[in-house]
Amino acid sequence: MRNSKLTSLEEAIRRSGLKNGGTISFHHHFRGGDKVVNMVVDCLAHMGFKDLHLAASSLSDVHEPLIEHIKNGVITRISTSGLRGALADAVSHGLMEQPVVFRSHGGRGSAIASGELKIDVAFLGASAADELGNACGVPRSENAKSICGSLGYALPDARYASHVIVLTDDLVPYPNLPAGIRGADVESVVVVESVGDSSKISAGAIRDSKNPRDILLAKQAAKVVINSGLFKDGFSIQTGTGGASLAVVKYIREEMVSRGIKASFALGGITAHMVKLHEEGLIGRLIDVQSFDKVAAQSIASDPSHVEVSAVEYASGQHTGSATHALDIVILSALEVDTSFNVNVLVGSDGIIRGAIGGHQDTAADSALSIIVCPLLRGRIPCVVPKVTTLITPGSSVDVVVTEYGVAVNPARPEIRERLVAAGIKVVEIDELAAKATAIIGTPDPLPFGDKVVGVVMNRDGSVLDKIYNI
Amino acid sequence: MNKAIAGTLESGDIMVTIGPGEGLQVNLQSSVEAQFGRQIREVITRTLEDLGIKDAQVDAIDKGALDCTIRARVTAAAVRATGKDVWKD
Amino acid sequence: MMFVPGNNPGMMADAHIYGPDSIMLDLEDSVTITEKDAARLLVYNALRSIDYGTTEMVVRINPLSTPYGKKDVEAVVKAGVDVIRMPKTETADEVRELEAEILRVEKEIGAEGRTQIMAAIESALGVVNAFQIASASKRMMGIALGAEDYSANLKTNRTPGGAELLLARETIVVAARAAGIACFDTVYSNLDDMDSFRKEVELIKTLGFDGKSIINPRQIEVVNSVFVPTEKEINKARAVIAGIREAKAKGSGVISVNGKMVDRPVVLRAERTIALAVAAGVISEEQVL
Repeated sequence: MRNSKLTSLEEAIRRSGLKNGGTISFHHHFRGGDKVVNMVVDCLAHMGFKDLHLAASSLSDVHEPLIEHIKNGVITRISTSGLRGALADAVSHGLMEQPVVFRSHGGRGSAIASGELKIDVAFLGASAADELGNACGVPRSENAKSICGSLGYALPDARYASHVIVLTDDLVPYPNLPAGIRGADVESVVVVESVGDSSKISAGAIRDSKNPRDILLAKQAAKVVINSGLFKDGFSIQTGTGGASLAVVKYIREEMVSRGIKASFALGGITAHMVKLHEEGLIGRLIDVQSFDKVAAQSIASDPSHVEVSAVEYASGQHTGSATHALDIVILSALEVDTSFNVNVLVGSDGIIRGAIGGHQDTAADSALSIIVCPLLRGRIPCVVPKVTTLITPGSSVDVVVTEYGVAVNPARPEIRERLVAAGIKVVEIDELAAKATAIIGTPDPLPFGDKVVGVVMNRDGSVLDKIYNI
Repeated sequence: MNKAIAGTLESGDIMVTIGPGEGLQVNLQSSVEAQFGRQIREVITRTLEDLGIKDAQVDAIDKGALDCTIRARVTAAAVRATGKDVWKD
Repeated sequence: MMFVPGNNPGMMADAHIYGPDSIMLDLEDSVTITEKDAARLLVYNALRSIDYGTTEMVVRINPLSTPYGKKDVEAVVKAGVDVIRMPKTETADEVRELEAEILRVEKEIGAEGRTQIMAAIESALGVVNAFQIASASKRMMGIALGAEDYSANLKTNRTPGGAELLLARETIVVAARAAGIACFDTVYSNLDDMDSFRKEVELIKTLGFDGKSIINPRQIEVVNSVFVPTEKEINKARAVIAGIREAKAKGSGVISVNGKMVDRPVVLRAERTIALAVAAGVISEEQVL
């Protein structure tokens, strides 16, 4: 067609004007199935680029090949929300000279919008695109192969990057509309064999956890929600995807049905559980920055009240209109919580990076009530500790901590504590929980951290919260 | 002393192999090495000393066992290795 | 009463977080012959180290007739177990034999009379001797039905309705009440059929059992919801308890509630209701009145 933006990856990179030292960006909507990051960085290495800054919305196990590109000097800086697997291990052991910069999803969105994180070239994988660059994460033809649903984390990149290259494995005729990524923002479109391994993009059918500890935690968390004072018609909610978080939805649903309470919206990463409640009429709207499973991806493709939002609209702290500001209740997980209610979701208690900030900082800060659900112990690893290994979400944003040994309430929320006690929930002091953990497992030895900074944790307002050292 | 094993590789357990050796040699692999490795070795050594065992080679694979489990597994392996039970017949 | 295999340290460490009234660590059927020694040491060390709070700790030992039984008794008595559960009990003499064994170990460590006994009845002979077993020792705190072995012994199979267990269940309740001790029903093993489990719990509550044996924390909520008294029952019980206190204050032997005289069984039932409600956490000790 006239004005087609179709080209090869190499040619697209050449046209982008990318230089050594530049910043390239990626989204993580293809999760464990992502092929875009490795494909593009391989190509950049082949073309002889050096000293690049890789700014991804998140990185995971599948990005292990980046280790070689870091050793070869192709990639010298990384910004991301999370790191997992072999790459995370290597970074923790001191692979990189420059520390990895960790931002929350909302923090990344606002850093891109404000120009603090300036992207030279964004490489954005899409499930379908037309020749003018209109691109989306939902299927638009029978040939759709790699479906991820919402492209929320890619949208700030599409809008603010100097140059945008869309990669797709399903080129469809113009107009591919509506589309989150607008052709007007896109410079090149590249057709590739595959942008993602669909079996690893989304979890299949989510099974309810049968782990009794998860069920216990979920029931406790549901009780907290129900008796928080915020559980009334028109409330809004966000949950994570862990076993306990998913099960919470199930128990809250029962209570919504029996009391005739409906939620106005559910936010964040959307799962099949949320879609089910929405389809039953129990949740009005689904505001979706990331579709976690096939059911959610199908729903956002076909249901007009299930909407895609960008990371900025979802959780930016700098944009007062972002959805987290309207959020009542968020249920979050944690690797560690300390006696000041600070939360760590990024660094394992062995000092190795193994997680992601995600929307944790954002939703905890903006919601009316943030509930952390975590076991007191994972094997011999304590989850309620005197001081978190790494500070990710400040205790001032955390209201309630639910464990199998009782529920702790931030002293800043006496009214919540009162309501939970009145409902017969076992409310304990956070110090008691930490002491209980110590009584059972003993006091862990301090971690043998080195003195090289391997990671910097940003707060969502752009200030530095904590540093991660090599181990 | 013969070579004997007790315990499993399940989460929360520790598999302990005890055999002949000179002095107490403890070779530990643990999922919580950084935080608890030192303490686990101490519990293993103390348990053997309490049983009057001064010479043994101990190989342990730990999956986050509590101290009481470590004591139980070390004792069981030692009893099996020496044939001397801690209970009356 | 939640059954926990005695050779599974992960499950033993956190069984109490689910809030069962009692935990039974098993050295018998869930432990293979080759692991009896290791499980015994595990249970011994767990009982000595793990803080189970107010949960009553029971250990099911191997029969004294096996090479493991006496060592089991020595280990768990020394570890300070609350209750020893004797499997496959058929006669009062077996209870007395266990009692003698317990006493021997208790004397050795200077803790005479500390350990209680629960007898599991798992055969026709055991059912026939139920009252003798229940009253064989002052250490007897309860008797329990073990339905798998019992139904095999009867040469029948277990059925959903449980017709084959009816006589045994009724006999055990009657024997326990006659001896003034507690009685516990057998386990229900199909975790995927919570509706039938609930029906069985309702049945055994009606028969008069004090509790149900369970094999998974997921079953606790069902048992509690069946056994926990309703608000109406609690309020009625409170009125009776208030009547007792009033009568005591007046020095009167006659207890009356709302002007009506109350019989002793009503008083006992009211006390039991309140105890259950407190145990289940529906009301606190302070809220009794």
